[in-house]
Amino acid sequence: MIALDQVTKTYPGDVKALKGISLRIKKGEFVFVVGQSGSGKTTLFKLLLKEMEPTSGTIYINNKNLGRLRRRRVPKLRRGIGVVFQDFRLLKDRNVYENIAFAQQVVGAPNRLIKKNVMAMLKLVGLPDKAKSYPNELSGGEQQRVALARALVNNPPLLLADEPTGNLDPKNSWEIMKLLEAINMRGTTVVVVTHNKEIVERMQKRVITMSEGEIISDERKGGYIYE
Amino acid sequence: MSSFLYGIKQGIKNVFRNRLFSLASIGTITACLFIFGIFYCMVMNFQHIFSEVETTVGVTVFFDEGVEEDQILDIKSQIEKQDEVDNVHYTSADEAWKEYKEKAFPDTDQNILTNLDNDNPLASSASLEVYLKDAAMQQDLVDYIKGIDGVRSVNASKSVADSFASFGRLLSYVSLAIIVILVGVAVFLISNTVMIGITVRHEEIAIMKYLGATDFFVRAPFLIEGMLIGLIGSLIPVCVLKVLYEKVVSFMTTEFTSLSRFMTFLPSGEIFRVLIPISLIIGLGIGFIGSYVTLIKHIRV
Repeated sequence: MIALDQVTKTYPGDVKALKGISLRIKKGEFVFVVGQSGSGKTTLFKLLLKEMEPTSGTIYINNKNLGRLRRRRVPKLRRGIGVVFQDFRLLKDRNVYENIAFAQQVVGAPNRLIKKNVMAMLKLVGLPDKAKSYPNELSGGEQQRVALARALVNNPPLLLADEPTGNLDPKNSWEIMKLLEAINMRGTTVVVVTHNKEIVERMQKRVITMSEGEIISDERKGGYIYE
Repeated sequence: MSSFLYGIKQGIKNVFRNRLFSLASIGTITACLFIFGIFYCMVMNFQHIFSEVETTVGVTVFFDEGVEEDQILDIKSQIEKQDEVDNVHYTSADEAWKEYKEKAFPDTDQNILTNLDNDNPLASSASLEVYLKDAAMQQDLVDYIKGIDGVRSVNASKSVADSFASFGRLLSYVSLAIIVILVGVAVFLISNTVMIGITVRHEEIAIMKYLGATDFFVRAPFLIEGMLIGLIGSLIPVCVLKVLYEKVVSFMTTEFTSLSRFMTFLPSGEIFRVLIPISLIIGLGIGFIGSYVTLIKHIRV
C-alpha cells in the first residue's frame, strides 16, 4: 500500500526533517506513527499527500511512484486517501450533512448517491440523528466523528489520521480509536500519527517510532517507547 | 454536471458573501462601461452626422485649356474607380455658364447674355464634382487627382473635412484612453475581490484539496463570481444608457427643432444592437481576466 525508499526531506536553511527513511505498510494494516514534535511525522504526512516533494528517495502509494505523478493526477491520488486532523477542520457555516456531502461534491458524485452515502456514513460513525446540527453544536468527539465520516464517504482504501485524539478527552479518544479499528476491519488501511501514549499501549498495533527524522523502531505489536 | 452546478451556486454565494467588495467592483465596471457607452453613442452619432456632411463635402476639379470633353470623361471614370470616391458629377462648360448666368444675373433678361452663349466666357470651366465616402481620405484623393494629366486645379474644402475627421479621431482617442484606464482599474478591483474571497475561504480551499478537488473545481466558483460581477456591472450601464439616450434624443428633437434640419440622431435600436453585446462581452471579459489571473497565481492543487 505504502512504500518509502531512502526518503529525505531538507527544508531551506539545511533543516533535515527526514534523513533517509524506508518503510513498508501493507494493505489492510493499522499503524501508529509516534514521536516527539519535530521528529518528522508531519513531514511524512505531507509527503504522502504530495503536498510537497521529497529532497531525495521515492514514495509509492498503491504501486504508484509519487515522484512521477503528474500534477493533474494529484487530485485522483488524494481521492484515494481519507484524511483526519487534530482540529477536525469542519466547515463551520455548514451542517453535518453538508460537511460530509461536500466531500462527495468535490469528487463530482451524483446527487442521488450523495444522500444515500452520507446517511450511511453518519450511521457508521454513530451520529444518524445529527445531520442537521452545526459543528459548534457538537462535542469534540462528535466533531471528529463527522470528520471521519467525511474522510471515509468517498470510500478511500487508505486513511491518514494526524493526531485524531489530540483535542479529545480519554473517553472520546478511545471511542474514536475503536471506530478507526472498526474501519480498519472493513479493509481500509489506517495510519495514525499520534502522541497519545495510553492509546498506543492499549491498542497493541504496529508502532513506528520516529526521532529527529529517522525511524528508531518499528514493532509489530508495539507500545509507546519514546518518553 | 453536479460540479458545474456547484461552481455556479458557490459563485453566486461568493458575490453576496463579499458584498462590499463586489459592490465596489460592480460600481467600477458600471462606471467604465457607462463612460464607454456615452462615448460610443457620441462617436456613432457624430459619424452619422459626418457621413451626411461628407456627402455634401466635395472636391472640384478644373482642367487645362484645350482639354476635350472626351478626355474629361475619361478622367471622370478614372476617379470613379478610387475606393474613397462616392460619386462624380460632370459639369460641362455650357452648363457652368448656364448655372453662372442664373446665379449671377437672376433678375436680368437672360436674352441679353445669350449673345455670349456662342462665345462662352467660361469655356475652360468644365469641372468634375467629386463626392467622398470618407472625408478623412480627402487629402489623398486631392493629391492623386493633381497628378492626373490635364488637371489645372483642384478645389477642396480642406478645413471642413479635416476638422470633421480630426474631431472624430480625437473623440475616439479620448474615449479609448479613458476606457483603457477604467478597464485596468476594474480588473485590479475584481482581482482584489477574488483575492479576499480566497483569503476568507482558505480553510475551505485547503479541505477541498485534501478531499481531491481538481483545480477547476476549486477555481470555478471564483471565476463565476468574477464573471457575475462583470455581467451585473455591464447590464446596469446599458439599461441606464438606453433609457437616457431615448430621453435625450426625444428632448433634443422636440426642443431644438431647428437642429434637426442638419443633425439627425441614430435610432436607439441601431446603437444598442451593437452596444449591448459589446458591453456584455467587455464586462464578462474584465470579470474573467480579473479573477483568472488571481486564481492562476494563488490556487494550485
